Amino acid sequence: MTMNELLPMAVLATSLLPGLAIFALPEGWIVLRTTLNLFGAIAKLVLVAVLLAGVAAGEEYGVRFAVLPGLDLAFKADALGLLFVSLSAVLWLFTTFYAIGYLEGAPHRSRFFGFFSLCVTATMGIAMAANLFTFFVFYELLTLSTFPLVVHRGTDKAMKGGTIYLAYMLIGGTALLTGIVWLHHLLGHTEFAHTGIAAALGPEYAGQLKIIFLLLIAGVGVKAALVPLHGWLPQAMVAPAPVSALLHAVAVVKAGAFGIVRIVYEVYGVEFAQSLDLLTPLAIMAAVTIVWGSFRALLQDDLKKRLAYSTVSQVSYITLGIALFGPIGTIGGLVHLVHQGIMKITLFFCAGNYAETLGIHKVSEMDGVGRRMPLTTLAFSIGALGMMGAPLTAGAISKAWLSEGATAAGMDWAIWVLWTSSLLNAAYFLPILWRTWLRPAPVAWPEEHIPARGWRETALLLLLPPLVTATMTLAAGMLAESPGSPLVWAKLIAEREYRQGVTLP
Amino acid sequence: MIWLILLPLLWASLAFVLEPGRGKWLAITGLAMQTWLAFDLAQKVGAGGSAIFHAVGGWGAPLGIDLTADGLSAAMLLLTQCVALPLAVYASAYYKRDDAAGAYFWPLAGFLIAGLNALFLSADLFNIYITLELVGLAAVGLVAAGGGAQQVATALRYLFATLVGSGLYLLGVALIYGAYGTVSIAVLTPLVTSEAPRLVWIAGGLMLVGLLLKTALFPFHFWLPPAHGGAPAPVSALLSALVVKASFYLILRLWIGPFAPLIAVAEWLAWGPAALGTLAIFWGSWRAIRAERLKMLIAYSTVAQLGYLFLIFPLLTGHGAIQAGVMQAFAHGLAKAGMFVAAGVFIKATGQDKVSGLAGVVERLPITLFAFGLSCMTLMGLPPSSGFLAKWLLIEAALDRGYWWLVVVVLAGGLLAAVYVFRVLRQAFLLAPASTPLAAVPRTLEWTAFALATASVLLGLRGVELVQLVGVPA
Repeated sequence: MTMNELLPMAVLATSLLPGLAIFALPEGWIVLRTTLNLFGAIAKLVLVAVLLAGVAAGEEYGVRFAVLPGLDLAFKADALGLLFVSLSAVLWLFTTFYAIGYLEGAPHRSRFFGFFSLCVTATMGIAMAANLFTFFVFYELLTLSTFPLVVHRGTDKAMKGGTIYLAYMLIGGTALLTGIVWLHHLLGHTEFAHTGIAAALGPEYAGQLKIIFLLLIAGVGVKAALVPLHGWLPQAMVAPAPVSALLHAVAVVKAGAFGIVRIVYEVYGVEFAQSLDLLTPLAIMAAVTIVWGSFRALLQDDLKKRLAYSTVSQVSYITLGIALFGPIGTIGGLVHLVHQGIMKITLFFCAGNYAETLGIHKVSEMDGVGRRMPLTTLAFSIGALGMMGAPLTAGAISKAWLSEGATAAGMDWAIWVLWTSSLLNAAYFLPILWRTWLRPAPVAWPEEHIPARGWRETALLLLLPPLVTATMTLAAGMLAESPGSPLVWAKLIAEREYRQGVTLP
Repeated sequence: MIWLILLPLLWASLAFVLEPGRGKWLAITGLAMQTWLAFDLAQKVGAGGSAIFHAVGGWGAPLGIDLTADGLSAAMLLLTQCVALPLAVYASAYYKRDDAAGAYFWPLAGFLIAGLNALFLSADLFNIYITLELVGLAAVGLVAAGGGAQQVATALRYLFATLVGSGLYLLGVALIYGAYGTVSIAVLTPLVTSEAPRLVWIAGGLMLVGLLLKTALFPFHFWLPPAHGGAPAPVSALLSALVVKASFYLILRLWIGPFAPLIAVAEWLAWGPAALGTLAIFWGSWRAIRAERLKMLIAYSTVAQLGYLFLIFPLLTGHGAIQAGVMQAFAHGLAKAGMFVAAGVFIKATGQDKVSGLAGVVERLPITLFAFGLSCMTLMGLPPSSGFLAKWLLIEAALDRGYWWLVVVVLAGGLLAAVYVFRVLRQAFLLAPASTPLAAVPRTLEWTAFALATASVLLGLRGVELVQLVGVPA
C-alpha cells in the first residue's frame, strides 16, 4: 500500500480503533479512555492537515477494496470530501473535550465514547466515500452508531425519541438504497466524478433518472431534515448535549447535506441536473424548509428544541446554495456547510452549559443569565448573531454569497427567502439575547449544579469549547479571504465542479 | 473429501463411547480439522474452476458411491463447518458436566454434521435420501434430548414433518428410478428432456413438496417455530443455521440440474416458490413482531429469512441468482447461529425467556448484546454485512429481469426485520429495575456469540471469493 492509499485509511482508523478499544475498557479506567480519545482526535487532525496540504498541491489520495465482483468499497480524499472531513475532525476534538466534562461521573461512559468514535468514523467514511455504494455503507453505519447515543439515558422518553429517529432513518435509507441499486443497474457503477456520471446515459433514460434522483434525495433528505422529512430532529433532542451538538452540527444533518452535494455535483453533475429540471424543485423544497423551520423555531420555549428547528432551517441554506445553478451559489452552500457547523455547535455547547450549570432548559428561564454566566452567554450571542447573518460573523459571508448566487442564477425569489429567514432568525434569537443580558436575574436558578469560582462560571471543560468555536465563528467571518479559510477552500472546490472554467469575483 | 464425512462419524462414535467430558474435546478438534478440510476443498474447487469427483474406495458409479464437489457444494460445506465449529465451542461451555442433554448432544451433533456433509457431496438421489434421513433423525434426537414432556411432544411433531418430507422425496426417487433406471444425478441430467413422461413430472413434484416441507417454507413452516424455539440454544442454532439450508440446497441443485429442462418449458413454475417465499417473509416477520418469547421471535425470523432464499427461483434463468441465494444462506446461517447463542446467554443470565424481561442486559452483558446487535444488522440487511450483500445481489438480479415487485418485497422485508429486532434491542437498552439479579455466565458463551456475529458482518466486507466460488460450474 502506498502512502496515498494509506492516508485515507489512517483517517478512518484514528477514530475506529480507539472506539473499538474503548468498548473493551472497564468503566473505571478514565485516564486511559481519555488518552485514547484525545490521541485519536489529535492524530486525526494531523493526518487531515497533511491531506489538506497534499490536495491543495494537486496530490490524489484514494484506495479501493473489492466487496463483490464489480462492486468496490472505495475511498478518496478530494477537495470536497476534505471540506467535510476537516470540519468533522476539528469539531470532534472540541466535542470530545466537552463530552468529557459533560459526562463526568455519569454512568456508561465507555459505551458512550465507543459509539461516539464509531459515529465519527462513519462521518469520515461518508466524507471520503468515492462512490454511492460506499457512501451508503457509512450512511447506514451512522444511523446505527447514533441510535445508542440518542437513547443513551435509557428512559422511556429517550426510547420514544430513539424509535422515531430510527424509523425515519431506516425508511430513508431504504429509499436511498433503491435509488443506488437502480443507478448501479443502469450504469454498472456509481463512482463519484467531477461533473457527474449520469449524463453518460442517453436521453431515453431521462424519466428513470428523475425518479432515481427523487429516491436519492428523499434518502439523504431525511438526514438533512428537509421538510417534510424533518420530524425526527426535534424528537432526537432527548439525547445528551454533546450528542445534540454532534448530531446537529457535524454528523447526521451534515451527512445528509453533504449527500445532496455529492449527488447533485458528482453523480448527476450540476449542469446535467439543471437540464433535467431537477434543481428548481430542489431549490423550492429548500426554500420551504428554510421558512418553515424558522417559523417553528419561533414557537418553541424549550431551548434545545428551538435550536433544533433552527437547524432544520439553516441546513437547507446549504441545499439552496447547491440548487442555485452557478458557481457562486455553490460556494455559498459549501461555505455554509462549515459555517453552520461551527455556529450551531457553539449554540448547543452553550445550551448544554446552561442546563448542566443552572438547570435552565427553557427560554423563559433565561432571564439575566448573562450576569451569572457572561462568557457562555457571550459565546451564545456570537453564535446567534452569526445565525442571523450579522456582519463580521461567518454567517454574513454565507449569506452574502448565497444572495449573490441567487442573483447570478436569476432566481431573485431566493433572496426574499433568505431575507425572510433572517428576519425570523432575529425574531427568535434577539428575544433570547435581550432576556439574558438585559432582564434581571431571578432569585434562584432552577437547579444549580456547578457553583461559580471567580471567572470560571462553570467547569472548565464545558466553558472552553464554546469559547473556541465562537472565536472561530468570528475568525471565519473576518478573515474570510485569507488562505486556509473555508471560503477559499470552497472556491477551490467550485472551480473543479464546473465543466467550464469559472471566473470568480 | 471423504474425511469430511468420516471425521464427524468418528468423533460422534467416540463421544458416544467415551464420557461427554472427553467427547467434547474430540469433537472440537475434529471440527477444527473439518473446517480446514472445507477451506482446502473450496480452494481446490475455486482454483481448478471445475467440479471435483471422488469415487469411494475406487468404485465409481454405477456400482460404488460417487462423491462430487462443485462451487455450490463447496460453499455449503464451508458454511456448515464454519458455523458448527463455534457452536461446538459454545456447547462445550453450555452443557454442565452432569447434564444428560449434554451427553446426547455430542454424538447426535456428529451424526447430524456427517449427514449434512455427505448430503452436500452426494452425487446420486438415493444416497441423498439416506443423508436426509440421517440429518432428520439426528435433528429430532437433538430436539428431544434431555427434555421434558413438552420437548418430546415438539420433537414428535418435528419427526412427523421430517418423515413425511423424506417419504415424499423417496417416492419421487422411486418413480425416477422406474422411469430411467438410474439415480445418479450426472447420468440423469442428459436423460430428462422437456418431453419427459407425466410420471417424471409427478416425481419432481413429490420431491419438491417433500423438500419444501423439510425447509419449512410457508405454509409448511408449522413445525419449525416450536422445534427451534423449544430446543436448547446450541441445538436451535444448528437447526436454524444449517439443517433447513440442506433441503434448500437440494431443491436448488435439482432445479438447476436434472429438472432444468422441465422447468424451461413451464417457466411459470418458478413463481410458486417465489410467491410462497414472499408470504413467508411477511407472515414470519409479522409473527416475530408479535412474539412474546425471545426464542420464538428468533424462530419466526428464520421462517421469514428462509423466504428470501426462495425469491431467487424466478431469477435462476438470469445470472447472479445462485450467488444471491448462497450469500443469503451464509448471512442467515452465521447471523442466526449468533443470535440463538446470544439468546441462550440472555436466557441463562436472566433465567427467563420473555422479550420484556431483557431490560438492562446492556449493562451486564454488553458483549452478548453487541453480538446480538451485529446479528440483527445482518438480518435487517444493513451494511456492512453479508445480509446486505445478499440483498444487493438479489435486487440486482431482480432488476436485471425487470421484476420490480421482488425488489419491493426484499426492501419491505428488511424494514419488517428492523421492527422485530429493535423490539429486542430497545428492551435491552431500557433501565433495569434495580432488583433483577443476573446469573453469572461463562465468558466462552459470550465470545462465541460474538465470533459468529462478527463473521456475518465481516463477510459483508469481502464477498468476492464466495461469489466466485459459487460460480464454479458442476
